[in-house]
Order: sequence, then structure tokens, then C-alpha cells
Amino acid sequence: MEQISYILQQVVNGIQLGAVYALIALGYTMVYGVLRLINFAHGDVFMLGAFVAYFLISKFGLPVYLVFILTMVSCALVGYVIEKVAYKPLRDAPKISLLITAVGVSLFLEYFLSLKALFTPNYIPFPKPFEIETYDLSFFVITNVQLLIFIITFISLFILYLLIYKTRYGIAMRAVSYDKETASLMGVGIDGIISFTFIIGASLAGVGGILYGIAYPQINVFMGIMPGIKSFIAAVLGGIGIIHGAVVGGLIIGLCEVFVSAFLSSTFRDGVIFIILFAVLLFRPMGIFGKRIEKV
Amino acid sequence: MRFLKESKQFLVVAFIIYVILKALFVFGVASSYIQQIVQYAVIIALTSIGLNIIYGFTGQFSLGHAAFYGIGAYTSAYLTKVLGIDSLFSYIPVLMACSVISGLIGFLIGIPILKLKDDFLAIATLGFGTLVRVFFDNSDKISDVLGGSRGFVGIPKITNLELVLFFTLFIIVITRHMINSRFGLFWRCIKDDELAASSIGINTANMKLMAFTYGCMLAGFGGAFYANLYTFLHPSNFDILKSIDFLIIVIIGGMGNIVGTILASFIWVGFIEGLRIILPSEVLDIRWVVIPILLIFIMMWRPYGIMAKKTK
Amino acid sequence: MKVLEVINLEKSFGGVKAVDDVSFFIEQGETFGIIGPNGAGKTTLFNLISGIYTPDNGKIIFKGKDITGFMPYKLSHIGIARTFQNMRLFGSLTVLENILSAVLSKRPYNIFQAVFRTNGYTKGEKNAYNMARELIDFFGLNEKADYPANSLSYGEQRRLELARALATGPSLMLIDEPGAGMNPKEIGDLASMIKTIKDKFSVTIAIIEHQMNLIMNISDRIMAMDFGEVITTSTPQEVKKDKRVIEAYLGEELD
Ligand SMILES: Nc1ncnc2c1ncn2[C@@H]1O[C@H](COP(=O)(O)OP(=O)(O)OP(=O)(O)O)[C@@H](O)[C@H]1O
Ligand SMILES: [Mg+2]
Repeated sequence: MEQISYILQQVVNGIQLGAVYALIALGYTMVYGVLRLINFAHGDVFMLGAFVAYFLISKFGLPVYLVFILTMVSCALVGYVIEKVAYKPLRDAPKISLLITAVGVSLFLEYFLSLKALFTPNYIPFPKPFEIETYDLSFFVITNVQLLIFIITFISLFILYLLIYKTRYGIAMRAVSYDKETASLMGVGIDGIISFTFIIGASLAGVGGILYGIAYPQINVFMGIMPGIKSFIAAVLGGIGIIHGAVVGGLIIGLCEVFVSAFLSSTFRDGVIFIILFAVLLFRPMGIFGKRIEKV
Repeated sequence: MRFLKESKQFLVVAFIIYVILKALFVFGVASSYIQQIVQYAVIIALTSIGLNIIYGFTGQFSLGHAAFYGIGAYTSAYLTKVLGIDSLFSYIPVLMACSVISGLIGFLIGIPILKLKDDFLAIATLGFGTLVRVFFDNSDKISDVLGGSRGFVGIPKITNLELVLFFTLFIIVITRHMINSRFGLFWRCIKDDELAASSIGINTANMKLMAFTYGCMLAGFGGAFYANLYTFLHPSNFDILKSIDFLIIVIIGGMGNIVGTILASFIWVGFIEGLRIILPSEVLDIRWVVIPILLIFIMMWRPYGIMAKKTK
Repeated sequence: MKVLEVINLEKSFGGVKAVDDVSFFIEQGETFGIIGPNGAGKTTLFNLISGIYTPDNGKIIFKGKDITGFMPYKLSHIGIARTFQNMRLFGSLTVLENILSAVLSKRPYNIFQAVFRTNGYTKGEKNAYNMARELIDFFGLNEKADYPANSLSYGEQRRLELARALATGPSLMLIDEPGAGMNPKEIGDLASMIKTIKDKFSVTIAIIEHQMNLIMNISDRIMAMDFGEVITTSTPQEVKKDKRVIEAYLGEELD
């Protein structure tokens, strides 16, 4: 009995972490869909989200809903600018140049923010936006933070669904991911689609950043690296370029990580995630939901 | 000697530089700190040449080079400490062992992952690098000597200027022979167009594996020298950022340019370490803000590296 | 003697049957033309024969040996060379290096000979160099020998690709649309060049071409394809008259 409730508890914790990964993974998968680029700076936009929220809460004491809106707007802006400044000039360059540029943007964001004049390279405690309460549901406990994460993630996914299935930009974005040619028939410029993709991806990462900050209240300028990579792995696991694949992948990675920590040792949790990556790349490179393609 | 013929010019220049350096050291103009930096720069050059073979020549984007450097370092640290090695004579077999182990692991991991291309290869090598880092962090669970996240301490100091310099020169001569043979040509074919390369009879999978294994072997040598130069290792010396260091050096030095890689290594080490002497520590952090910006500009203006060979 | 025999070959992409139950053979020393409208599956057929794709079904026999599923490099070693429809040169390598790489892929020396610069290495390099020079000469690329391939003109690149394919020492050459984007005069030169290549290097040639005057001129037999299937295989005169071929090319002029 105790064992079952322990497992259930881990499931709840795993979904909590997985939800954040899913929010980040969506940005990776959408950008990869339109640009065939692993946007290494995406994990840092997530980090930026946490820092903006930290700033808004601790300096201005804004209410939670405003924190979410302003953080999303800031992250969207950063995502937009990164694409325009760093990636757009290289759109026809060799793929690896673009990849190295992405690494450059990532390093820049991390070290710029870690300057002593701004923040520090050290961990900063994330302020509590509200008192944490725990509800005992007899089989497991759930906190209001976890509820918040589930609800916000759900709302975000719903809005995302509306945006990419019901708006012209969203439909065009999916068309580009599927096939470059047909998209140009839809009367939406490729630049617009790319900007749209970065804006949506970055705001979702921003949401992920706030939630992460609230749930694991220690933030640091390098905090985006590992969650970023793991979310990318989640996107690959679900099938890169596939929206629902990113969500499922994120949840699986989150659950795996929590279960490894709970039943083996937390030192192995990163290792297990990368073993999953190798297994996927070798045995099913198109991911869970992807289809095999042959290329010349 | 036929073996040295092709590299005569290069070796003469290298020897002159050695004599000048030695004179500076002997007459006490350069501090022991500078001597250490020079040796470190040679080690970085040796390791970066390895990455240049993998990435610059063959086009296999690796973000895990520091892992192989680290494997060499930990292997040497362990062997020299446990076996109590202190003479140069018995050190050479250890060096070979380090290189072989790095190369072997590179070979084994290369078989599956070199099927991947560009960004997926990047993520896979990055993943491997992280796994190795996790391994180093937990290494004390295997043997207490390895130190785990506390770091590996008390490694014998064996590396010296002559050893690291002449050994590296020897490796460079061999490397140049490989590059200026059909194998180097095949690597460059693969970088340009892998499919076309296979259609003219190049076994691309084997050639990529060969380049990768050789590059990892050089990293193994570099890591070994590093361990026996600084006598202390920490897992964080071999993380993603270290891999990016090597990548930046290859990009500054130019893809497919060995001499450029050597110059870039000295510039890089000089820049990072030199600024430490000149600038106060508060300003020092700016380095890592400026470097990424430079990197992005290089990608925009000279995507094949600053010192890449110009084509007519 | 049959150099190549293709039996019931099939390849699909998703739902599209790009090559559908194709069978034919090529005689030693002949020039075998392949025609068909866009998307007929001609290039896919070459990709199957040269090992870039593995067929879903069927067999490929080369000189009596079943080579189905062989790797491309292996096929190059046993004597099948090819060019690509949209040219795939090693752009940053020089003309000489492009050809040398093809000559040297035949294992003239091993890694130890290369590292220690033994006689084997010197001899292997020298032979390869001489052979490459001969080819460069034959294709009139002497002045461009040390220029990177991507600096050449379109026509020169086409010739270089032929030279590189020949440098592998093939007995069968698969040539995919060598005349694309050429004017009538260049087409004429190309026709005589292909004839000379065939005699001088004694290779068998399979050629895909949309330029009807070129392919009708040089081919001994022609196979016409449409929607992945073979419509007919016959002499140029017969094919020109074939009703199904004319239908497949509806609106396009034959000859
Ligand atoms: N890698 C691939 N993936 C998916 N479909 C493919 C692939 N290669 C070819 N096809 C499809 O197979 C069919 C045949 O293509 P193929 O290139 O062989 O035609 P072709 O006869 O060479 O045409 P063209 O004269 O235009 O060169 C086409 O419908 C094409 O879209
Ligand atoms: Mg074609």
C-alpha cells in the first residue's frame, strides 16, 4: 500500500517536471520544423523567463497573472530578436554555421546575465509568489504549486492548439514543417512564419521558466542548459517537428528522471536521459510519432 | 630523412621557436607560470588538431571532444599515480595507453553515432560528453583514487616542455602525412558531399570512423599531458564548455588548417590566461560575453574560420 | 554478354511507386538510353542500381553476380560509376583532387604506407597522378586543374563529373541527364564526347536524357518509362514511333 502511494507520488512529481519539459520542447520542435535548426539558445530563453519573473516578483511584487503576461511578452521579444539578429543573416549558410551561431547566442545570454553588474553566476533563491499549501489526497499529496503547473500547462497547450490550428500563421507554420513549397501558396511570407514560430516557442519557454522557478526555487544563469537539452531530447523522442510528440516526450522524460532519482540515485538521472537519447537515435530516429523518411 | 621531408620548413620554424622559448626560460625572463602556459597551449593545440580532423576535415560536428580529452586525462592520472610512474621512459607506454583508450572509446561510440549528421550528431556527441561527465562525477564510487566530484588529486608531475613539444611535433608530422594522402583527400570529399564520395568508391562509414578515432586519440594524448602538467583534475574541466573551447579554436584556426589551429591555440590560451594577468577580476568575466559575439560574427563573415585556406 | 540485368525491380516512397516492376538488361558495349516524362522513375532506377536506395523487391545482376543491396562504394569498386542529375562535385576540392579522389579510392596503398611515406605510397600517388592528368587532358580541363570545382562553368562541371566517374575505372557508366541546360551546339559536342568515351575507355553506357536528338543519336536501344513502369524497350526508330511513348510525352515534341 505504502509502496503504491509512493509510486503515485512519483508520478505526480514526474508529471510536474515533465510539464515544464513539454513547454520547452514545444519551442524546439516548432523551430526545428520550420528551420531544421536546433535552437541551442532556447534553453536560455527558458532561463530568462525565470529571471524576468524573479525580477517582477521581488522588485515590483506584481500579482501572479501579470508576472505571467509580462514574462511571456519579454521572452517572446527576446526570441524574436534572437532570430532576426543571429539566425536570419545565416539562413542560406551551411547548417553547422547556424548551429555554432546558436551555441554562441546561448553562451552570450548566459555569460551576459552572469556579469556581476547584472546577476551573478551563483544560485539565487526564487521568491515565493504565494504560500505553498499541500493537499492530502490519501494516496498521494499534491501542492498548489503542482496544481498551478498542471493548470497553466493545460491552458498554454489549449491556446497553442488554437494558434496553430485556427490561425493563418499557425496553419502556414505547420505547412512549412511538412513541406516548404505548399506553405508559400498560403499567402504568408516565410519570414512571418519564422517570427511567429520563435515568438510562440519563446513565450512557452518563458512560462516554463516561471513554473520551474516556483517549483524548484533556486535559479541560476546556467539553469537552462540541462533542461534545454533534456527538452530537446524529449522533442526527438516524440518525433522532432511533431507538436503532440513534444508534449508526450516531455512527460516521458520528466517521469523517467523522477523515477530514476526515486528508485536508483539522483546522480544517474542525467545519464539515463542520454541513454534514452542514444536508444532513440539508433533504433527509432524519427521518434515515437514520426514517420520514416528516405533522403538523398 | 624521407619521413621528415615534407614537414622540413614547419619543423625548422618550430625548432627556432623552441630555442627562443628555452633561452627565455633558462635566463629567467619568463616565469614558471608562463612556462606552464606554453605547455598548456601545446596540449590544447594537440587536442584541437584532433577536433580539426573530425570536424574541420571530415565535417563531423562534435560537441563532445572534451570527453575524450578527459578520458585521456583520467586514464593517465590513474595509471601514473597507481603505478607510481615518474620517469619519462615509463611514461611513454602510459601515453600510448591513454591514446588507445580514448581512441577505442571513440571508435566504439563512433560506430553507431557517426551515422547521424550535423545537428543530430551534435546532440549525440553532447550527450556522450554529458554521460562521461556524470561518470567522472561519480567515479569515486568505482575507485576512491578517482576522486569523483571532489576531483583527482596528487597526480605525478611528469609533463615538461621538451616532452610535450617534441611529442606533439612528431604527431603533427604523422597527421600531415595522413592529410596529404588519399585518406585526407577522402575526408575532405566526405565533408563536401558524402553521397558523391560513396559513389566514387569511398567507404564513407569507415573513413568517418577513422577520422573520429584518430581525432579522439589525439585528445587522449592531450588529456594525458594535461593531467601530468597540472597534477589535479576536476570533472568540470571536461564539460560542454571545454568542448566549445576546442570548437572555437578550430573555427579561429580555420577548418582544415593545421598551422592555423596551432596559432589559434596559442592565441586562445594567451587571450584567456593573458587577460587574467592584465585585467582585474571584475572585468575578466566580460571575456565570455565578447567571445560568443565574435563567434557569431565569424559565422556571418567567415563561416569556414578566420584562418581557413582561401580558395582561388 | 549481359553486363547488367534488372529483374522485377520495385521501389516505393510512401504511397508512390517510383519504380514499379521494372525489368531490362544491358549488353556489353552498348549505349542504353532511358527516357520518360518527369517523375517517371528514371533517377530512382539509377539510385537503385548504384546502391543509394535498396529495392523493395527484385534483383540486380551485374556481370552474372547478384549485387542487390550492395553499398554504393562497393558497386564503384566492382565497376559501376555514375553521374548525378544535379551534379554532385566536391565543390571545395580542385579539379585535380576531384579526379584523384576517384582514382585513389581503389586502395593503392594503406595507412601505414601513407604515414611512413614508403615506396608503396610514392608509387601509388604517382600512378594516380598520371592517370588523373590524362583524364584532365582528355576532358580539356588542363587550365582549370588547380581551381576548385565550384569555380568552374556549368559545362566544365558537367565534364568534370564525367571525368570523375571514369576515374573510378568503370565497366558500366550510369549518366543522368548530362545535356540538361545545354544549348544545341553543346549537345552536339556532348554526343561525340560520349561516343569517344565509350570507345576509348571501353565502357558500357546507360544514359537518361530528355534531349531527344541527343539520346536518339547515341543510343543503340532505348527504354521508355512512365509512372515507374517500362512502356517499351526498343531501337530508337521504333521508340520514336511507339504510340504509348508519344502519349506519355503528350504535348511534348519527339525529335
Ligand atoms: N527520396 C524520395 N522521397 C520521396 N519520393 C521520391 C524520392 N525520390 C523520388 N521520389 C518520387 O519518385 C518519383 C520518381 O522520381 P524520379 O526522380 O526517379 O523521376 P525522374 O524520372 O528521374 O524524373 P526527372 O525527369 O524529373 O528527373 C517521383 O514521383 C518522385 O517524387
Ligand atoms: Mg531524374
